[in-house]
Formats: sequence, structure tokens, C-alpha cells
Amino acid sequence: MPMSQEDITGKVQEALIEALGVDDDEATLEATLIDDLGAESIDFLDIIFRLEKAFDIKIAREELFPGDDVISNADFIVDGKVTQAGIDEMKKQLPHLDLSDFESDPDVNKIPDLFTVKMIVDFINSKIN
Amino acid sequence: MRWIWIDKFTEFESGKRAVAVKSITLAEEHLHDHFPGYPVMPNSLLTEAMAQTGGILVGEAKDFKEKVILAKISKATFYEVARPGTQITLEAVVENIAKEAASIKGTIRCGDICIAEIAMMFSHIDQNMGGLDFPDDNFVFNDNFMSLLDTYNINTSK
Repeated sequence: MPMSQEDITGKVQEALIEALGVDDDEATLEATLIDDLGAESIDFLDIIFRLEKAFDIKIAREELFPGDDVISNADFIVDGKVTQAGIDEMKKQLPHLDLSDFESDPDVNKIPDLFTVKMIVDFINSKIN
Repeated sequence: MRWIWIDKFTEFESGKRAVAVKSITLAEEHLHDHFPGYPVMPNSLLTEAMAQTGGILVGEAKDFKEKVILAKISKATFYEVARPGTQITLEAVVENIAKEAASIKGTIRCGDICIAEIAMMFSHIDQNMGGLDFPDDNFVFNDNFMSLLDTYNINTSK
């Protein structure tokens, strides 16, 4: 049964608030998981567990967050910038990521900024609707 | 002293649920400092006892092939104190086991009284996201922990 954007957003926010221990008003759509909400690597897995439960779906970690094969691959990262091959790989593995701004300055240190609350909402939307 | 905070498993459903017991005794040195005249098991050690119960449950589910490390305490609420001369029961229930991590919900009781509720997550560090290398041998599940399951007659050599 398709779910409304509002319902999805509400449930995603709830999962993030529980996993990251942040206040209700902190998990805005633009908030980044790592910088704004203080998420660490174990938190990503906690978030995935809670999303699976909230939406009754299965999520592999690589579907939502890029795996080591992208981050540590020498073909994909040169001089601190993600190569076109790397960007293509990210698009393939994570189609829900909005890379339009990132492509103009694919600084590898900016990758964490891509993980926003909105990114997760978009991902869930594509999974269940 | 040995770093083992549970005495025995009384129930063990592989991959699902485990119950362990621990007797609290004045022979435990730290109780005399925590606190002088009012010995109670520290909440940090109650948490460690739950981590050992849950960690062995989660580890056994993967035949101890993974190095299971306590990675996150999602929630820990302590309702009552745990005192010497009593036996506490620690129940760990698996919520999720994935390739890289596992989560459990734990309850500690003394008789009918609920002492604490603790939810925690474990990381399988060889599958970790940092790409770090660890020694080959499983240093997590040492003799102390493995012998607990032998006492319960779990066949660990599947």
C-alpha cells in the first residue's frame, strides 16, 4: 500500500531520533546525519535496523550507504576527488542520492554531507512506492 | 581476577534468546568501595554482564566466526539496585542479526523485580566499515566465555 511523503518523513524522523538520541526538532529534512545529528558508523546500522522494522522491508547496508569498495578504491578517488568512474559507481549503487551539486565539486570530504534526512526519505520512497 | 560477569546460562535458544544468572557476593572486591557500608553492583558492571550474555548469544548464532564487540548502548534504564547475597537473572533477546552488526534487548531481574532494561548493539569487527584488519584468531571468545556454554551443554562444534 503506497505511503504518503508525510508518513514516510514522520517515520524516518522517528527512527533517526531513536537511533541518534536527538531532539524532535533537530531531524529536519536538510539535516546531515554525520555533522548535524552526530551519527557514527554503528549508528548507520542501527538506523537501518529501525527503518527495516518501521517499513517492514529489508535493506542491505550498501543500498543506503556506500560500501568500502567505493571509498577505498583507487580508481574512484584521485587526489581527494571522486573520479567520473567513482561518481558513476555511486549513481549505480545509490540511485536515491542527489549528486547534482556534488558533481561540480566531487571532494571526497563532502561525501558525508550527502547523507541527509531527505536522502533517507527519498530512498524509502523509492523502495516502497 | 577474571573478567567474567555471568556465572551460568540457564536457557539458551540459539540465535533467539538466552538467560544467564549471576550471584553477587561480598567476595567481589569492588563492592567494598561501591559503596562503603552499602555495597551494590555498579550499573556499569550490570551493563557488562548483559553485554557478555548478549555477546555470547550473538556470537554463537554465527558459530563464533565473528569477533563480536559491544559497540553501542542504545538505552539503559536502572530501576533498582543489585545487592550482594542475591542472584540476578539476565535475559537477552535478539532483535536483529545482520552481516556487520547485531542488536539485542536485555532485562535484568532479581526474582520478580526488574532491576534494569538495557538495549545494545554489537559490531562484527571483521565486517566493519572502517576496513581495519584484526588478528586472525578470535580473541573475543576466550576460554572463560566458551566454557560457560560447555557447562550448558551447547554443542558449539557444528
